[in-house]
Amino acid sequence: VSALLLIEHKDNKVAASTLNALTAASTLGGSVTALVAGNAPESVVAEVSKLAGVSKVLVAKDAAFTHALPESHASLLVETQKKHGFTHMIAAHSAFGKNVMPRAAALLDVAQISDITGIEGADTFVRPIYAGNAIATVKSNDDVKIITVRGTAFPAAGHADAAAPTEDAPATTANSSSEFVSEHMQKSDRPELDSATRVIAGGRGMKNGENFQLLYDMADKIGAAVGASRAAVDAGYVDNSLQIGQTGKIVAPELYVAVGISGAIQHLAGMKDSKTIVAINKDPEAPIFQVADYGLVADLFTAVPEITKKL
Amino acid sequence: MSNVRILVACKRVVDYAVKIRVNAAGTAVETANIKHSMNPFDEIGTEQAIQIKEALAKAKGNAEVVVVSCGPAKAQETLRTALAMGADRAIHVETNDELQPLAVAKLLKAVVEKEKPNLVILGKQAIDDDSNQTGQMLAGLLNWPQATFASKVELTDAAMTVTREVDGGVETIKTTLPAVLTTDLRLNVPRYASLPNIMKAKKKPLAKFTVADLAVDIKPRLETLKITEPAKRQGGKIVESVDDLLDKLKNEAKVL
Repeated sequence: VSALLLIEHKDNKVAASTLNALTAASTLGGSVTALVAGNAPESVVAEVSKLAGVSKVLVAKDAAFTHALPESHASLLVETQKKHGFTHMIAAHSAFGKNVMPRAAALLDVAQISDITGIEGADTFVRPIYAGNAIATVKSNDDVKIITVRGTAFPAAGHADAAAPTEDAPATTANSSSEFVSEHMQKSDRPELDSATRVIAGGRGMKNGENFQLLYDMADKIGAAVGASRAAVDAGYVDNSLQIGQTGKIVAPELYVAVGISGAIQHLAGMKDSKTIVAINKDPEAPIFQVADYGLVADLFTAVPEITKKL
Repeated sequence: MSNVRILVACKRVVDYAVKIRVNAAGTAVETANIKHSMNPFDEIGTEQAIQIKEALAKAKGNAEVVVVSCGPAKAQETLRTALAMGADRAIHVETNDELQPLAVAKLLKAVVEKEKPNLVILGKQAIDDDSNQTGQMLAGLLNWPQATFASKVELTDAAMTVTREVDGGVETIKTTLPAVLTTDLRLNVPRYASLPNIMKAKKKPLAKFTVADLAVDIKPRLETLKITEPAKRQGGKIVESVDDLLDKLKNEAKVL
């Protein structure tokens, strides 16, 4: 087993999800080579060379890699594979990994195993399907296994004392036919829904968009992100980007508080892997109570302000 | 751009609201006699193609929207839904064999070579296998640029500006055409087909191909060893008051 880990980095820092993917790569039992591509990747290379489990760092320094465009990154992966013959190519199942890895897989004419949550052997992997409502164990029959890793399923890799050696990655000539124009990152005091350790979500029981302020007030007390059910989004209370569920975001925080959410199947699919689930609903028959660790049968319009006050 | 052809890929999947059950043998999810619908992200893709067509029509341009689905005979129901939404014609690649993302990407590449579209739109992922691969694979096989997880699209002459959902915000890229686009949730809200349009859709052209017609190797690369139910949650505990709840969260669950 010899694995290549594609490093994701931004603002000279390695992305947190890459550290989880490194643990998955190390679990395979062979060597792990890291690939860092960028315009000025030196500080990232220094950080990566001291990650526990990385035995070598390949560096691709080129202006073509400044923005994480998939065309240039995929051809780099293909050239690197041709030269070094890795058995596994691994990245986080992040927006970046999801964009780049399947393109490289197709160019190498191999399958990709997406969003793995477990490793049962060098060719056998566990992954959720149907938004986590079923769990598949799949075996790859390809020579090269291309894998993306669900961050929450593997602990983050630590740091090593000694720095791994670095060498240049093979040169690529691929010109990207797409170009980066701009980016707009959310600068909010609230954490992001996808990575928040605490999430408070509202459903149709919120009655309107203004009432979501109750949830924001509570969220600000405990550093939580705010989300919503599809019913609340469809009713126009909040923006689609807040949707948690099978067609929205999948979240798995330490604490999930469902407020005025009945618990439709498609919503449960998006949050049922949360560690502790709280449900606040005035209908004692609401299905959300069946999955909640703590259910409070109460009118949310009195319960939520009371919680906010007492936190 | 005055004359555009847009190819939209649509997959028939178990409806998002159906409770998923694993079969007794632990080999698959039950799909027989269960409500199926078009993959929600493909509905967004179909809607986007129709919106581009409508916008071009106002500017005295013209777009043809061709929808394609690969799978068993019932995939035609999904194609008729897309035609009822406003697509012009449909292509069905019929097979009863298992299709994995790489195989679908190869079939779609063969269709692209026949149809020569300026733009191919796919959902970012299907809600059954959740792979999130086919669009990126197709772009790679065609050596076309890809714009994935789109939340906004603007077509100009021979170029496309796309706002993409990335971790922590959005990014805008510009690609040449032809290109592959995959849809994210915020791109649009798909329309419902009206009854007259559903009737009209029955008469729209639907061409059929076999896998052999397209000369594509669809052999699965991944073997499914087993399918299991996820671990069940032990829920159902009811607390009496806000004070009780906060006490339990602090001292029992230790999450506050």
